[in-house]
Amino acid sequence: MTATTTAPSAAPDATRPAVRPPSDRLRAWATRAPLLPALIFMIVVTQLPFVATLVISFFDWNALYPDARSFAGFGNYGDVLGDAALRKSVWTTILLTVAVVLASLVLGLGLALLLDRKFKGRGIVRTLLIAPFLVVPVAAALLWKHVLYNPEYGLLNGLLHYVGGPQPDWISNTPLIAVELSLVWQWTPFMMLILLAGLQSRDQQQIEAARVDGAGDWQIFVHLTLPHLRRYLELGALLGSIYIVQNFDAVFTITSGGLGTANLPYTVYQSFYQAHENGLASAAGVLVVIGSIIIATFALRVVSSLFREEVGRA
Amino acid sequence: MSATAVRPATTGTTTQRPRTRRKAGAGLGLVAWLAGIVFFLPIAWMALTSFHSESDAATNPPSFAASLTLDGYREFFGAGGGASPWPALINSAVASIASTLFVLVLALPAAYALSIRPVKKWTDVLFFFLSTKMLPVVAGLLPIYLFAKNTDMLDNIWLLVILYTSMNLPIAVWMMQSFLAEVPVAIIEAARVDGAKLPTILARVVAPIALPGIAATSLICFIFSWNELLFARVLTGVVAETAPVFLTGFITSQGLFLAKVCAASLVISLPVLAAGFAAQDKLVQGLSLGAVK
Repeated sequence: MTATTTAPSAAPDATRPAVRPPSDRLRAWATRAPLLPALIFMIVVTQLPFVATLVISFFDWNALYPDARSFAGFGNYGDVLGDAALRKSVWTTILLTVAVVLASLVLGLGLALLLDRKFKGRGIVRTLLIAPFLVVPVAAALLWKHVLYNPEYGLLNGLLHYVGGPQPDWISNTPLIAVELSLVWQWTPFMMLILLAGLQSRDQQQIEAARVDGAGDWQIFVHLTLPHLRRYLELGALLGSIYIVQNFDAVFTITSGGLGTANLPYTVYQSFYQAHENGLASAAGVLVVIGSIIIATFALRVVSSLFREEVGRA
Repeated sequence: MSATAVRPATTGTTTQRPRTRRKAGAGLGLVAWLAGIVFFLPIAWMALTSFHSESDAATNPPSFAASLTLDGYREFFGAGGGASPWPALINSAVASIASTLFVLVLALPAAYALSIRPVKKWTDVLFFFLSTKMLPVVAGLLPIYLFAKNTDMLDNIWLLVILYTSMNLPIAVWMMQSFLAEVPVAIIEAARVDGAKLPTILARVVAPIALPGIAATSLICFIFSWNELLFARVLTGVVAETAPVFLTGFITSQGLFLAKVCAASLVISLPVLAAGFAAQDKLVQGLSLGAVK
């Protein structure tokens, strides 16, 4: 404001930049304001607890002996990685995630290709196929455990009975596969939906053109459809991995973590909820996070490339 | 792809192909139907078993044509002296509906600031929200448990409401952002030029276009909250127990109880099935965090 007295002629130009910054800043904050509640809420509820987990993971801390809490450095991580049972749960997590994601991805691709064609009752079939995903996970696990797998009166052995097949005890004989099968049943619809969306975003003109040029169905699938689907396959695999790495419901319900099916989330639950080993549980939790971050980095890259394409198209 | 230019002239050759393809298509349609039935079979069997008597439910070979009864449902709702599922169902309803409302209250303004009137670097903010979704539940479970224990919040349904809000907020922000971005800027500008104030613009211009998307987002948030087990299992006890926690009571066999398990699983899944089919068109978008439309 002092500028107006010294140089009256320059006043209009000089005052404007002097006044503008505060109002600009105000406007910027006004634009930002609607965002802040959600942002602050997320930081407080998700980031702070993780920081706490990180801190606790460096302490030797059993909740039953609260006075014996002491700093342990990387001791808990050493214990987690050194303990045979815990190391096995890392391996189980990887096995479970990879098997379920791959199987449901392949099945989902097959189903998406079938549903991409026109046929009578396509809507009904789509609905039938989505249904498994819309059963509450615990209910789905109970369904498999008691109603399908039960060796005496389960439906699977009931159907095998008709063809004179064997009567295996599914959960005891192949516990991990039993858990995986139930998860594949629930997650195949998820993959199918993502891949179906991918198939339907193909360039139909290009496919028609290839067909006119004499390309067969198989050639079109290999040279046009698969390359186009690549990112949708990646997205399905990565999102599926993020959800299945965290799976707790199926392991908890079908085997209660027994018979070598305990994955990391179950181990974390078990080591603090039942064994009260807070430090150990936190270290295992941090390991799950590290695994997730590795997957998430790739996932975010795929999402962002799809996202930029969407924004670019609009 | 020079062929595109030739295409109109060659329609004659394409008329011959559909006939053979239609025959193959009918066969593949049959395969699709078979796949649909195989995938649905466990649910159909669960539904049928829930209407059987306990002795008909547990047979080998399975009794497909046994007489139907509502005993399984009566048992589930506590007729046989078991615990009533109503408190758990009500808790689940409170947790799911309240958290979904909170999500809407927080996500709508945020999505507005990321689409219609975007802040600088809005994509970075959007991706921050997404990255929080990738942090697994076990990452913060223990500190949340300890916090709840020290503040007397254990076994309190409102703790779950807060956690479910945080669980669903990223998905909601992503979905709403993409729905609000579909509102043409020109219409909003036109309304502004006509002298409409912000609340009027939001209510009269933005809401009608974005409402179906907002509804679908709410349904998806509802599903995720209703399904959640790990938080509920660790943080609730007798008072705030939710429906999935109630279901975990069926993990160990209790004699003949198949019909009851099936009835329980079906009743507790019904809200999810209903919400899922209602939101079917937007389901992929929600599940893929908005990456697929």
